[in-house]
Amino acid sequence: MTLKHLNMLSDAQLAARVAQDIPDGSYVNLGIGKPTHVSAYVPEGREVIYHSENGILGVGPTPAPGQEDLELIDASKRYITTAPGAAFFEHSDSFAMMRGGHIDIAVLGAYQVAENGDLANWATLDETYPPAVGGAMDLVVGVPTIFVMMKHVNRDGTPKLLERCTYPLTGLGVVSRVYTDLAVLDVIPQGFRLVELTPGNGFDAVQAVTGAKILT
Amino acid sequence: MDKTVTDLAKAVAPITDGASVMIGGFGSSGIPFGLIDALVEQGAAGLTVISNNAGAGETGIARLLRAGRVAKVICSYPRTPGSIWFERRYEAGEVALEVVPQGTLAERIRAAGAGLGGFLTPTAYGTKLADGKETRVIDGRGYVFEAPLGADFALVRADRGDKWGNLSFHATARNFNPVMAMAARHSIAEVRQLSEGALEPEHVVTPGIFVQSVVEYGIRP
Repeated sequence: MTLKHLNMLSDAQLAARVAQDIPDGSYVNLGIGKPTHVSAYVPEGREVIYHSENGILGVGPTPAPGQEDLELIDASKRYITTAPGAAFFEHSDSFAMMRGGHIDIAVLGAYQVAENGDLANWATLDETYPPAVGGAMDLVVGVPTIFVMMKHVNRDGTPKLLERCTYPLTGLGVVSRVYTDLAVLDVIPQGFRLVELTPGNGFDAVQAVTGAKILT
Repeated sequence: MDKTVTDLAKAVAPITDGASVMIGGFGSSGIPFGLIDALVEQGAAGLTVISNNAGAGETGIARLLRAGRVAKVICSYPRTPGSIWFERRYEAGEVALEVVPQGTLAERIRAAGAGLGGFLTPTAYGTKLADGKETRVIDGRGYVFEAPLGADFALVRADRGDKWGNLSFHATARNFNPVMAMAARHSIAEVRQLSEGALEPEHVVTPGIFVQSVVEYGIRP
């Protein structure tokens, strides 16, 4: 299947698209990697409080060079600052926030998402590699709204949106909405429902690179 | 009461071969680097290390792994940029690995410290990390039974401490340190600054009852 005739959002455009859907006043956990860029694009005038699993609510912007505090980092191990109203806490409290339903939205990357909302984002089928789960499984069972942001298709052309995941699952039926470089899709009881296509792409072309039926 | 110990070597002296040792820290923050270095010098081997990560670069837990002192790692995220010593030992079959979801790891440790016989969590239900574990459905939702996880020793890093063992922390260096101090039979705290008097009671995060010895190690990693 060829992708070369499709219009794809850049990583920055994708982060900006996700940011549009983060409401004012929400508590949000951004997963490691690309999801961390979402905060830079939240529209002005919205106050969003970012949680990082290693014990902070109120993650602020990256410090200026030379101003880093070596003991103030986020879950991606990047140096951060505190935002007004920030708080520090220990790990079991941090995961009580996640598991206990106190965080409103989590934005995560994924290897695969299935039409039943199953998520695979912690391990591949390569058994020689030591597995690493971190906080992903706790987050997906506890946070009511799970946004996934990812490429629509793997580099080798195989789909990441599937009828059923083939990689080990992180959580069952947990994904609310998927943002890809080609489309935004809601996960509803019947499967993936189209919210929007990246402008310039026809429905059939996007369906052709998707491993499950897209409902309209 | 005076729990202070004059140097790192004395603080880690009680650790024996085959001991289970919790080590605080997340990423590079809140790691008791001084106590770990002293433990490498001390020589105890066959250790079970319980920590969030499995070390990176050549310092901290990576140093223990490099020296061949670790028989087993229980952690949530062993694979980080620079975790070469863990990967080498793991690929050679020299170290066993138990991967535990991070929140389940923290709560299993807390359960041990709080005297609980375990708990039911929705985390990992239906995934391969729940294989072989007892499950239960409550109000239509699936839960996995997780057992408490205690240890013989905990090595923790704090910002300030006093001779009663009270500890306070700095920023995100708190992480697993308070909960690990609760869960080990013998907890050893490395503090950036040993207070001359008592810490202000309102500022104490880990009460001294959870800490058996305190040693000052001013170098901030």
